[in-house]
Amino acid sequence: MNEQILAQYHILTIVTWLPAVGAIILLFFDKRRKAGIRLFANLWAVLCLIPALFLVTYDRHLGGIQFIEDVNWIPQIGARYQLGVDGISVVLIILTALIGVIAVYCSWDYIQDRVKEYYILLLLLQTGILGVFASMDMFLFYVFWEVMLVPMYFIIGVWGSENRLYAAIKFFLYTLVGSVVMLLAILKLYFIFPEYLSQHPRSEEILRSVTVAAQMISGENESMLRMIQFAIDRAANGLPTFNIMAMQALGTARLDGQPVIPLDLQIWLFAGFFLSFAIKVPMFPFHTWLPDAHTEAPTAGSVILAGILLKLGTYGFVRFNLPILPDASKDPRVIQVMVFLAIMGIVYGALVAMAQRDWKRLVAYSSVSHMGMIMLGIFALNENALNGAVLQMLNHGISTSALFLIVGVVYERRHTRLIADYSGLSHVMPGFAAVFMIMTMSSIGLPMLNGFIGEFLILRGVFEENKLWAAFAATGIVLGAGYMLWLYQRTMFGQVTHEANKKLPDLYKREWAYFLPLVFLAFWIGLYPKPVLSYFSKPVEIIVQQVRPGYAGKELPIRAGGPSRKRAVPIAARHANSGE
Amino acid sequence: MNIMLLIQAKPDWQVLAQDAARLLMPEMLVILFACFVLVLEFMLTPEQRRWAAYLSLAGLGAAGLSLALMFVKFTTAEVGFYEMVVVDGFALVFKVIFLLAAIFTIALSIKFLDVENEQRGEYYSLILFATAGMMFMASGADLLSIFISFELMALTTYILVAYLKRDRRSNEAAMKYFLLGIFSSGIFLYGMSLIYGLTAETNLTKIADTLARLARQQAPQATGFVAMAGMIFIAAAMFFKIAAVPFHMWCPDAYEGAPTSVTAFMSVGPKAAAFAIFARIFIDGLPGLRGDLTGESFGWVGLLAIVSALTMTWGNIAALTQNSAKRLMAYSSISHAGYLLLGLIAGNETGYIGLVIYLFVYVFMNLGAWGVIVAQRRASILGERVDDFNGLIHRSPGMAVMMTIFLLSLTGIPPTAGFVGKYFLFAGLIETGNAWLIALCVLAVINTAISLYYYARFIKAMFMSDVKEEEPLALSTSLRATLVTATVMVLLVGVYPRPFIAFTENATRHLLGL
Repeated sequence: MNEQILAQYHILTIVTWLPAVGAIILLFFDKRRKAGIRLFANLWAVLCLIPALFLVTYDRHLGGIQFIEDVNWIPQIGARYQLGVDGISVVLIILTALIGVIAVYCSWDYIQDRVKEYYILLLLLQTGILGVFASMDMFLFYVFWEVMLVPMYFIIGVWGSENRLYAAIKFFLYTLVGSVVMLLAILKLYFIFPEYLSQHPRSEEILRSVTVAAQMISGENESMLRMIQFAIDRAANGLPTFNIMAMQALGTARLDGQPVIPLDLQIWLFAGFFLSFAIKVPMFPFHTWLPDAHTEAPTAGSVILAGILLKLGTYGFVRFNLPILPDASKDPRVIQVMVFLAIMGIVYGALVAMAQRDWKRLVAYSSVSHMGMIMLGIFALNENALNGAVLQMLNHGISTSALFLIVGVVYERRHTRLIADYSGLSHVMPGFAAVFMIMTMSSIGLPMLNGFIGEFLILRGVFEENKLWAAFAATGIVLGAGYMLWLYQRTMFGQVTHEANKKLPDLYKREWAYFLPLVFLAFWIGLYPKPVLSYFSKPVEIIVQQVRPGYAGKELPIRAGGPSRKRAVPIAARHANSGE
Repeated sequence: MNIMLLIQAKPDWQVLAQDAARLLMPEMLVILFACFVLVLEFMLTPEQRRWAAYLSLAGLGAAGLSLALMFVKFTTAEVGFYEMVVVDGFALVFKVIFLLAAIFTIALSIKFLDVENEQRGEYYSLILFATAGMMFMASGADLLSIFISFELMALTTYILVAYLKRDRRSNEAAMKYFLLGIFSSGIFLYGMSLIYGLTAETNLTKIADTLARLARQQAPQATGFVAMAGMIFIAAAMFFKIAAVPFHMWCPDAYEGAPTSVTAFMSVGPKAAAFAIFARIFIDGLPGLRGDLTGESFGWVGLLAIVSALTMTWGNIAALTQNSAKRLMAYSSISHAGYLLLGLIAGNETGYIGLVIYLFVYVFMNLGAWGVIVAQRRASILGERVDDFNGLIHRSPGMAVMMTIFLLSLTGIPPTAGFVGKYFLFAGLIETGNAWLIALCVLAVINTAISLYYYARFIKAMFMSDVKEEEPLALSTSLRATLVTATVMVLLVGVYPRPFIAFTENATRHLLGL
């Protein structure tokens, strides 16, 4: 088995820690040898991408968590160094590694002072993010989740633009508030898990039900089942565990048709996780850190923030809230709030973006709107929408990164971000205008480009649930087209009014080099999304089954005879299953 | 007649000598070296004064060795000196903490005292006496032995605060600290007298037994009232020592005025010692007055919970506006007292581990941070303002990075030791499942986020502000070694806490009565 061989070589450990190793090596460089540091950092970033690419060998038929690594870490509290990925994480890890290369590469000219520290922090940040996606242990997850904040704080605070100090501390404080509250929710889960399995009056039945749920989640993936079973066995002896998948099994388990974790408690826990992830996404009204942080950060910082960091929030919802707290997630009150906030985010983000005079701030607000769309897709709670949401995470990572890079290109040349300072750039920079056009289209969801597939799947899924929601979401797309095209028109078309703009050089080779992969990906996903979709359609299917047992006519082994609503087979699943 | 008495007393002397050799070797070594340093002082020329410091370090090292032997030797609790002194895992773990604090403080002080031109043997001797006092405190099993050792520590600390006798701030701080301190000692004694009056016992375990019997037998109402009053007075004295709101007023002034190296010592050593006797008296002596938070009975848990909430919040809010690094760290230390109380409030294994491991890692992270502040002091510069850290990354990058690690640890960001400590403190509260305690925990985590803001002010000054002066800091070897050790420990405990948790479990086993 390919997967087992790679797991033997600790592929995930390598993927996660390779950037940090690079950071340590960089420590020994003389800080005056900027060229050497730059060259090394770039080569190392590319080197980090290579092991991540091996993850494409993820077995899509088997599904579940693969490449598992498991080492005892802090036995006293049951925290383990457990790494593992499912299709969703695989896609996001590869995206992270790719964006990491681009972020390092695009800083070549932009960062001129304190180069050594900059690259060290960038590489450490990379390790933090990759660790979050690869962790299967909540304690480990939390450690990576927090570690990541520190380098980002420095990147914004030291290398940002004028208002950087304010933006940096705001980013740090907001996200820290969220994550410490999440720590409490994690702790609560951590304590109730062994309590239910060993001290509850009906612990025997719960144990059986959790075991069945574990089998359901794992499917035929035996190594995953072993990992969960190990945690369950511990818990049955009263020993706590942080295993995420075991928690999912507990969340999915049923006792007389009722959830094992009572609904009240689920909603409290949901709120704890929600605060952390909603700030990260960011959902309206927790988004206020985002425009500052994105605008003030250096280009590479914005690219990583928008391209990857925001996905951590949505990833958290998909990994924690939905499968661990399924009954809270499908509680009508909760859905109402979530959908309301998501739609507010879409519409409000789009309207505010339209009113921006600062190019970078506009792109930042467009992220609020797009992330609202992804959240709506997640809380439509069906396969199409969730597939679309995960795909859209990827798409947003591609298109928004590119848009920030585009702002970076003109900022490096003119040192202003005001839209009014630019016009008619298409005459002087045709290549740049072409790339910008493609990425604008990708962002607003033109067919043949990646954004369309994601938004279509989300809208289709949302439409199945509630036509009104879909109508609102569609409004967001229309508004999105509005502000993006208006931006394009103001900056690219018309006469060149500013003297300084007349002699702007077109894209350099180096800039082409980092735009081309993004353009390629945008077209690839737009034209032939099946390979990408196939990675996560199976995990998504299981998550939907966990939240809504018996959904789409599929029976869940642990709850026979539940109400099964007849649904069309989701098109994403059809894509993935046919022809494989 | 006299001869008869002596003959009768002889066995006592033998017993005492045996007990002393068996149970109190580390303390005796520390006191021996303290006296030795005091005498040596007169034989040294001014250039040789540093030898006093090296000798004190040697004494602490010797005490550490004998402590290590005791770790091997004692598997169960041993009582001696007619039940005045107990040596158990709890005492041993705390003694390690005190020795570490003293060693680090002396290493920080050598250069500092040179700059202040006050290099004298008595300084080191006083630190050793204070350390001996703290070590006795951890071993105290009786109200009397606890009080005497408590005073030994307190009196030496008063003198240390006033050590810069030509500095007005130092004198003012010492006066404030002394007046309030003896007042709190009086309150402590008063509380003890009430408990003694009620139970006719001074031994902690006997007090607990008698109180339990009284509560069952006679007039539970009246005894309950007296016991409660005694408990509240003792608690007030403890709150004073750990600088908990509303008894914290002395803390910023004393911390600011005292020589920085002494402040560093006070913020970890005496504080940990106060927590040691706090836990000892309340868990061993007054378990019956614990009370709960269901509203059925009020006891010290409720009191501690209120004080802890006030302390965390006020300490953090007041720290936000400080410009003096020393005052800022003083308020930070107040808020940490609030977090530490959470361990006692939770009252389960996780919480106790949190208390002990947090005090343990606090030695490294707080002394580390204070060490960097000490290093800012140069001939012409006080280096006590947050602004004085401006651009430290350009002057001394290593120091700036280490300070950042200490500050992140104080905030509780993984993978630093501070996170491990906070994890256990918070987890202890969550484990109880009590809604009030979970609310307290929410307050605590919000306070953690607030604290980030003022710790980040240092980071901002060090990394993101322009340099005020170019001169790099000249570090003594001992200071550099201390800081590097502290950094390594902060990261090591953060990344691989397993052996350190096992170490603190020695102490918690006792608190849980195992």
